[in-house]
Amino acid sequence: MIEFQSVTKRYPDGTVAVDALDLAIEDGGITVLVGPSGCGKTTSLRMINRMVDPSEGTVLIDGRDVRAQSPSALRRGIGYVIQNAGLFPHRTVLDNVATVPVLTGTGKAAARKRAAELLETVGLPAAFAKRYPAQLSGGQQQRVGVARALAADPPVLLMDEPFSAVDPIVRDDLQEELLRLQSELGKTIVFVTHDIDEAIKLGDKVAVLRVGGRLAQFDTPSALLANPVDDFVASFVGRDRGYRALGFLPGHGVPVGPVSSVPVGTAVDTARGQLTDGWAVVVDDAKRPLGWVSADLLSSSGDAVSAENLISGGSLYSVDAESGGTSGSLRNALDAALSSPSGVGIAVDSGGAVVGGITADTVIAALAEARRSGEVPT
Amino acid sequence: MSIFQQIVDWLTDPAHWRTTYGAAGIPQRVLEHLGYTALAVLASAVVAIPLGAWIGHTGKGGTLVVGIVNSFRALPELGLVILLVLWFGILNAVPALTIALVVLGIPVLLAGTYAGIRNVDRAVVDAARGMGMREWEILLKVELPNALPLMFGALRAATLQIIATVSIAAQVSLGGLGRYVIDGFSNREFDQMASGAILIAALAIAVELVLTGVQWLVVSPGLRKSGARKARATSRIHQMAVKSASEST
Amino acid sequence: MNWLLNNLDGLGPIILTHLWLALVPVVVGTLVSMPLGWASSRWPVARAILVPLSSLLYTIPSLALFVIMPLVLGTQSLEPINVQVALTLYTVALLVRSITDALSAVPESVTTAATAMGYRPIGRFFAVELPLAVPVLIAGIRVAAVSNMGLVAIGQLIGVTSLGLLLLQGSQTSPPNFDQIIVGIVIIVLLALVVDGLLALLGRRLTPWARVGPKAGAAT
Repeated sequence: MIEFQSVTKRYPDGTVAVDALDLAIEDGGITVLVGPSGCGKTTSLRMINRMVDPSEGTVLIDGRDVRAQSPSALRRGIGYVIQNAGLFPHRTVLDNVATVPVLTGTGKAAARKRAAELLETVGLPAAFAKRYPAQLSGGQQQRVGVARALAADPPVLLMDEPFSAVDPIVRDDLQEELLRLQSELGKTIVFVTHDIDEAIKLGDKVAVLRVGGRLAQFDTPSALLANPVDDFVASFVGRDRGYRALGFLPGHGVPVGPVSSVPVGTAVDTARGQLTDGWAVVVDDAKRPLGWVSADLLSSSGDAVSAENLISGGSLYSVDAESGGTSGSLRNALDAALSSPSGVGIAVDSGGAVVGGITADTVIAALAEARRSGEVPT
Repeated sequence: MSIFQQIVDWLTDPAHWRTTYGAAGIPQRVLEHLGYTALAVLASAVVAIPLGAWIGHTGKGGTLVVGIVNSFRALPELGLVILLVLWFGILNAVPALTIALVVLGIPVLLAGTYAGIRNVDRAVVDAARGMGMREWEILLKVELPNALPLMFGALRAATLQIIATVSIAAQVSLGGLGRYVIDGFSNREFDQMASGAILIAALAIAVELVLTGVQWLVVSPGLRKSGARKARATSRIHQMAVKSASEST
Repeated sequence: MNWLLNNLDGLGPIILTHLWLALVPVVVGTLVSMPLGWASSRWPVARAILVPLSSLLYTIPSLALFVIMPLVLGTQSLEPINVQVALTLYTVALLVRSITDALSAVPESVTTAATAMGYRPIGRFFAVELPLAVPVLIAGIRVAAVSNMGLVAIGQLIGVTSLGLLLLQGSQTSPPNFDQIIVGIVIIVLLALVVDGLLALLGRRLTPWARVGPKAGAAT
């Protein structure tokens, strides 16, 4: 456990970066520090590995004051990942990852062997080992940064806006990858970001800090969305929070009804007989959805339903989703219904095959039921 | 009498400040030194700045610039001056010296101008082109003003190089402040040698200060800080060429 | 070319002397400028003193500095040490500024990462910052080495023997001995180019990472 005990950081010019922070970070989870710039989130993070020393108060790791050992010894036992990765340009990817084990006296050969394994762990091909950082994309560099932080197998990992310099699609990949890694490794991760969506996606617990370094709220993401303690947190959490809160409610209460489906290649006349309310979903051999046909569309089609001539569908609702994120949630179900051209959201199984349809009404009804049964935090 | 006292005496002796028949005074030598220098700097600039600007703007011939700068750097100043002056004959000593000085000055200025233009943010040039500026307008109104800090650095480096080389021209019977060092050496008069050396150093420092002042006046205030920062993001070329100059601001 | 053939025997020692005079200052200057550059990249006060001082020193023409040296060192004016100390000062003046800039240019993310991984300041300097400054350092050393080759010849004007002797002797006969002068120039140029080339090679060997470009498709 990492504990901040009334920690204050005051700079010589009088600026207070962190103000009497009390925070207990549980082991084995991702704790996100989030807030606008100037809220002291990075300063707080850096007090854990003594990149910054507090003016008052104590930081403890597992009950032990971080000041009990020298900064360099402390840091060698804590992983640290920063924006732009901070890789050493003059060392190969492999030697970058091997840095801390070599510093702590592991032989070079053993350190490199371990580094090679870690590259695999973070999803980089072995061929990258001999490359230099300049030869990697930003997302790949950041993966190396994560591997480097994990090299000495530290129990604690500090991450300071690690994904904010990469483009949104790559960022999404990296976030998924981090969640996957964490499910395998179970490190104690402290993660700093200014992006509330990232905080809600990644955090087991989220600490919202306000300008001047004061803790505004420390809670689970769903509680943060459902019950912000004050206007600052509410506005920081942002718009659509009611809708986003649905992402934390499982969709298993939503009844999956039948949906009309026609295999691609079906004769138009046959297909016309299959429509429900003028719509049917077109599926491939494995029953995976390809798109929709409507009565209008069929009247202007040729002999058979063709995969090239379809109305594109909306998002898909995964009934038995295991992966992280919001898939399989009420938010996922509602979005599938709302984004479908027919008004019926497509439910798919883990293989991507169509298992039925859902409507917005049934989602809302399921939400009301969840509220009654106390599943919705209040 | 200590050597320092001798030097003070030599420098304050009024006889050394007057030009009389057969003996040039200090002001006369300073003027000669500055004259040779100004002529050579001007001639170098006339050749190197348009050429460097053109190469920098088009981006064609950059490797040639690197090659020229690299090989010309290796020319020994003394050898060049002696060879050219003796070749042209003593009667044509001044043109010969000027040619030697220009040969030393051009690479520095060429590289500085080229690097200055190439260092201009491509986004700025793109914006200029996007606004409909013609190529020559881009060069004159955007690239050159932005390249000025580096170009001035190169101008100062070239000028110092030329002032230093003029000091050795006395070896081949030319004027300038080097006379005192060369004459003092052959007559075994250390006070004269040392006084000459001090005068040369003082002249070089004075010229450097004046040029720094001019640069401060000429370069756009918007570039003063970033000019120093850009100079730090050095390409290999101006590492070699601008050597001393641009970082001292 | 007759001159060259007739005087081949005497050239070896004078070439060695020339190299000795020119290169010892490069080595000493490099060693001296590293701690100075480190100090001035670390402490603004050191920078505020060292950088302008370097500029000032670099402004003084070599002939003047050679002559002034005995006044500072208390040496006799004909001693080679005057030329070597002066050239060492130029090397230091050049390199201190290069090293300061190169060290200051190491990205903050890189130094922060190194500190966070548990490097102590000295370890970080040798493992991370100095290697990253090598390209600039080598570029500076090349400039110093090449210009020293020419400046050593100027020392001949105050009686310090080097290849400059060929230039002076050739100019003092009547008619001038152009062969001798040209041979002198060519040898100096060749020495400069060879030393420059060797240093460039050394730089490439030390910095394999500096030559890689981003691979296609790795642009983000």
